[in-house]
Amino acid sequence: MEQVTTLLQVLFSGLAAGSVYALLALAMVIIYRTTEVLNFAQGEMAMVSTYLALSFIAASQLPFVVVVLVTLVLAALLGAAAQFILLRRAKEPSVLGLIIITLGLEMILFGLASWKWGGEPRDLPVPVSPYDTWVLGGVIMSQLEVASIVIAAVTILILFLFLSRSRAGLAMRATQQNRDVARLMGIRVRRVEMGAWALAAAIGAIAGLLTGPATTVEPYMMWDPLMKGFAAAVLGGITSLAGAALGGAIIGIVENLFGYYVSTSFKSIVPFAVILLMLAIKPSGLLARHYVKKV
Amino acid sequence: MKRSHYEDLRLFATVPFGLWLLVCVSILGLAPLVLGNYGLYLLGYMAINVMVAAGLNVLVGFTGQISLGHAGFFAIGAYGTVLISQAGAPILLALLAAGLVAAAFGFLLGLPALRLEGPYLAVITLGFGLAIENILARAPVFGGATGPSVPGFSVVMWPGLSAEQNLYYLIMVLMGLSLLALRNLMHTRVGRAFVALRDSDVAAACAGVNLTVFKTLAFALSAFLTGIAGGLFAFHLGQIDPTSFNLMLSILFLVMVVIGGSGSLLGPVLGAIVISWLNLKLKGLRLSDFERLPGFGTEIAAFLNRHFMETGMANIQFIVYGMILVLIMIFEPLGLYGLWLRSKRYWRSWPF
Repeated sequence: MEQVTTLLQVLFSGLAAGSVYALLALAMVIIYRTTEVLNFAQGEMAMVSTYLALSFIAASQLPFVVVVLVTLVLAALLGAAAQFILLRRAKEPSVLGLIIITLGLEMILFGLASWKWGGEPRDLPVPVSPYDTWVLGGVIMSQLEVASIVIAAVTILILFLFLSRSRAGLAMRATQQNRDVARLMGIRVRRVEMGAWALAAAIGAIAGLLTGPATTVEPYMMWDPLMKGFAAAVLGGITSLAGAALGGAIIGIVENLFGYYVSTSFKSIVPFAVILLMLAIKPSGLLARHYVKKV
Repeated sequence: MKRSHYEDLRLFATVPFGLWLLVCVSILGLAPLVLGNYGLYLLGYMAINVMVAAGLNVLVGFTGQISLGHAGFFAIGAYGTVLISQAGAPILLALLAAGLVAAAFGFLLGLPALRLEGPYLAVITLGFGLAIENILARAPVFGGATGPSVPGFSVVMWPGLSAEQNLYYLIMVLMGLSLLALRNLMHTRVGRAFVALRDSDVAAACAGVNLTVFKTLAFALSAFLTGIAGGLFAFHLGQIDPTSFNLMLSILFLVMVVIGGSGSLLGPVLGAIVISWLNLKLKGLRLSDFERLPGFGTEIAAFLNRHFMETGMANIQFIVYGMILVLIMIFEPLGLYGLWLRSKRYWRSWPF
């Protein structure tokens, strides 16, 4: 019985960690599906947003919800600006070229943040505490963990509703399916692409705000979650939104199981190993349709 | 214009090129007579980066595969060399062995690369780099967070020279050899297979290029050069710790290749020299440097002092590299080498 409780505990903590990875993976999948760019700056965009939230909290007495909303809007603006200023300027971009541009953006943001805010870790004060806990059937759940899961679930739900029910979501899906035809149908494709970046940046900012209180806020904070977000996206088959969410949960749980039953020190090798395994067995991912290269 | 196969194989395309090369080699050879230890350190640092950039270029430029994990190979080379020479092996043997270990890892990483391209490969190499950094920092065998102690550079290859000069010549000779080897390699069957792979792997396979062999070979070769450079780096710096082989280093290597111009031999060399120089300059940036700017120097310094951390000023380098990357990709994807080609063409056809 005790072992079952322990297992449940490990699974729950894994799910809580995985909810952050799922959000990052979703952000990357949204950008990848719409613009075929793998956004390596996703993590740093989230990190900068988290620092912005921190600055607002330090500078004003605004309630936390307002701070979060302002941060999300600013994050979306940052994403849109990145697409408008950098990605859109590339002439006849290759896959490699686009990746390199996002890497450049990543470096710029990393440099700016560590110059502006310094390297020392800071705490993000949030209304939910990682130390206050509830106990349910022997499983200890911290407020923060529960909040992460709930927030991630709600975000994913809103995202799915947005994509399936709203006109803007429909335009985004049309662009994803066929850019040229979407354009012929009168969709402003470039604006949709900018919107996808803004949306992804806002979702990434939520992930950053959830990572902040769980660890500390520092310029490196998103490197590890980003890697796991990539792993989740690849696991779900880089074009599938549901796959990304599922992949995030799986990565979080597998990582926590590994950490508990095998070794905590080498936990961060898990995403790498999972991607390798997945690509060796089923490269198209869990939920994506089979992909054949056209010559 | 090349008219025959043998012209393509010639080591020096033109007489002036050979002369320039001779001038460069003799300057580098005679440098220790003039320069102090710091100058040698600088040149050695550049040469090590040239080796890495040339090695990475085999992947990025010639074979068209991306790698965001070269800091991992660099670290394997550095740690391998240190650990093997701690066990008592002579330095050249240790370098070679560490290079081979790195090459073996490169081969292994090349295996999944067979099924992957573009974004997937970037993700997996990124994961490789992070995993290596993590293992080195956590496993006690490798000295944990502080790293292993580097034995002094004891082997005197050319008696009568100081230890620094010995190391300098070793680095230069190895760099020269690797560039020469790469230059020749690209004119053989292997090199042509690499380029064919880059342009279209399906077409290359149809023409009889064995994808498995050549993709893994490209990875192994690239990792080998990077590993040897890493070994030299360990002795050059005198100390290694896991945090210096992080994601930013991997991207920095990529910046060197991209800024110089991937796909040419000269490009990464130029890129490595420029970036190493920038790296050393920008790392030491202080607020007082801004005060000395003409015009609004003091105002700029005051503004920066108010809104930015002075301790974080070294991070300006990342902003600069990032902007270079983005601007190069947007305006001149061939990098410095592309600029050189364009200016050459301009003067050749001047005034038209």
